[in-house]
Amino acid sequence: MLVDSPPEQRAETAPAPPTRRAIRAFGLVLAVAILVLVALASIAIGAKELSLGQVWHGLFEDAGTYGDVVVAERLSRTVLGLLAGAALGLAGAVLQALTRNPLADPGLLGINAGASAAVVTAITYLGVTSLSGYVWFAFLGAAAVGALVWFLGGSRGATPVRLALAGTALSAALYGYLQAVMIMDDAALGKMRFWTVGSLSSASDSTIRQVLPFLLAGVALALALSRPLNAMAMGDDTAKALGANLNRTRALSMLAATVLCGAATAACGPIVFVGLMVPHVVRSFTGPDLRWILPYAAILSPVLLLGADVIGRMVARPAELQVGIVTAILGGPVFIYLVRRRRTAQL
Amino acid sequence: MKTTNRAVRTPGGLSVRLDVRALTVVLLLLVAALTASVVLIGTGDFPIPAADVLRTLFGEGNAGQEFIVNELRLPRVLVGLLVGASLGLGGALFQSISRNPLGSPDVLGLGQGATAGALTVIVLFSGSANQVAAGALVGGLVTGLAIYVLAWKRGVHGYRLVLVGIGVSAIVTAVNGYLLTKSDIVDAARAVVWMTGSLDGRDWAQVWPLLGLCAVLVPLVLCNARGLRMMEMGDDVSYALGVRVERVRLLLMVAAVLLTASATAAAGPVSFVALTAPQLARRLTRAPGPNLLASLCMGAALLVIADWLSQRAFGAEQLPVGVVTGVLGGAYLLWLLVTERKAGRI
Repeated sequence: MLVDSPPEQRAETAPAPPTRRAIRAFGLVLAVAILVLVALASIAIGAKELSLGQVWHGLFEDAGTYGDVVVAERLSRTVLGLLAGAALGLAGAVLQALTRNPLADPGLLGINAGASAAVVTAITYLGVTSLSGYVWFAFLGAAAVGALVWFLGGSRGATPVRLALAGTALSAALYGYLQAVMIMDDAALGKMRFWTVGSLSSASDSTIRQVLPFLLAGVALALALSRPLNAMAMGDDTAKALGANLNRTRALSMLAATVLCGAATAACGPIVFVGLMVPHVVRSFTGPDLRWILPYAAILSPVLLLGADVIGRMVARPAELQVGIVTAILGGPVFIYLVRRRRTAQL
Repeated sequence: MKTTNRAVRTPGGLSVRLDVRALTVVLLLLVAALTASVVLIGTGDFPIPAADVLRTLFGEGNAGQEFIVNELRLPRVLVGLLVGASLGLGGALFQSISRNPLGSPDVLGLGQGATAGALTVIVLFSGSANQVAAGALVGGLVTGLAIYVLAWKRGVHGYRLVLVGIGVSAIVTAVNGYLLTKSDIVDAARAVVWMTGSLDGRDWAQVWPLLGLCAVLVPLVLCNARGLRMMEMGDDVSYALGVRVERVRLLLMVAAVLLTASATAAAGPVSFVALTAPQLARRLTRAPGPNLLASLCMGAALLVIADWLSQRAFGAEQLPVGVVTGVLGGAYLLWLLVTERKAGRI
């Protein structure tokens, strides 16, 4: 995918016209405002409706009333949605830039498969049953597969195609294992069919505490990579000429993506579509400059994830629809509409 | 680089370019597929030596062997060959049309569409095996149609096709996940076996429709291979060379959807064959273009060998063939990656 919009490229050397930058900065503020609204809605809406006053009371003047308990319950879920959403969106954007493939997502590099295989192993052979127990296995599996893909993809000489091929190959092998275990063991099937859909309902303070440091480190690393990744988008030779360190950028990008996806997947199961779709949507109005794509993706992905979670709680009340299902059913048509409406901004 | 192309001249003054290496690869793959089939027919609770299998196939075996070979094992092997060939060819077509090595039917959502059809029948209606196959066929065809219609905008552009396919695939996968969480555990177990892809218990009733479809579609596709090959250079160039791009693309896409959907209906969405077979074939022939015939033979060989492994490799526990294609295909692709890196080819 070549970058073929000269005005955006110029942003590397000369600053974009101030009006456009102001618009983008304003857009970012607007996005944050939307995110806050969605987060509040996520706390207020559910099997028991709360007024905004009750939400405020629960958040800042916790006195242990019934409303406050509900707020505390939903707060951890909302926080997890915020963190996981941002992580998935950033990871998707970084992976798409790294592999220069618009179809790259955490699934492509085998990270989801690694996490799933580790979880099914933990359930079937190690007797782990609690969700807080899975978290570490999922994370380890994702990290191990991420490292293996990096190594098999040629480590220092890794190219986008090799990384994608290595990821696909490892995924296929691991999914074969996953399916074999699920066929032979009904108990594993019973648990895995809920885990693989992806849900925020398992959120608890301990889960969040387990993944929080990784998520924060990953977010910081991903945001710091926007400049070198911008240079790499112009092709390896140009990037070298511009002084980018290709190997270091690739290694750090893989690390950031693995940490982000691994932690998010560990906490809420493999939610694929967010990381794939949001960077595309963002690119359609920011252009190919990653310094804008990454922050926008980090803010708009949680909007999608939390919004989907709220809707999932509203349509199937008092039960709920898993967030992974709602994201795809809602996001899919929007995605197709965007693809059709214009020539999607390419990488 | 040594060229392997030969030009064959006919007395009339016409000449045909022959790629010797590609032709050799096709023949070797065909031999491999057929050998594996004979071995597979001889494999089971009642093993039969290869020589006896051949004799029985030509109508000179004893009654017991004839029953086992012709009624029980031959249909299964034929379904395997046909499904593998259809998936290999369909995958090659889609990868060429979408101009993306990852643009296989699995990625575009055809497999998921067929799965959704089958899951609906299994979970909501607890239907019979034939009804499940019909559901899968309908699901695959509807999904293929939806992708084409949604991607249509004064022509179907490769990039848009893949992205729309991914969108559709995500929606359908979510529906599948929902159906699985709503089903009771017995239906869920049945659904997972189906979703893995299996050749267990296939008989002649599954062979004939597949065979008929392949007999029509494979020649049709191969006749249009030249146009497809030119289309890989870009739509404008192929227009200039006299290819009716949109017509050829529609025709080939319909063929690819039919091939994939009917293969999925017969054996379930056997993973990875449609994705790997064209890639492996391309690396073996080292020829440019879609490599349709080589992909077809590679798909058939892969699936039959995988089915043999699935019956032998796990002791008493027989796993569906889809498990093996996933593990085997993945491992082979990894091996390829490592060796080709050493040789500096990718």
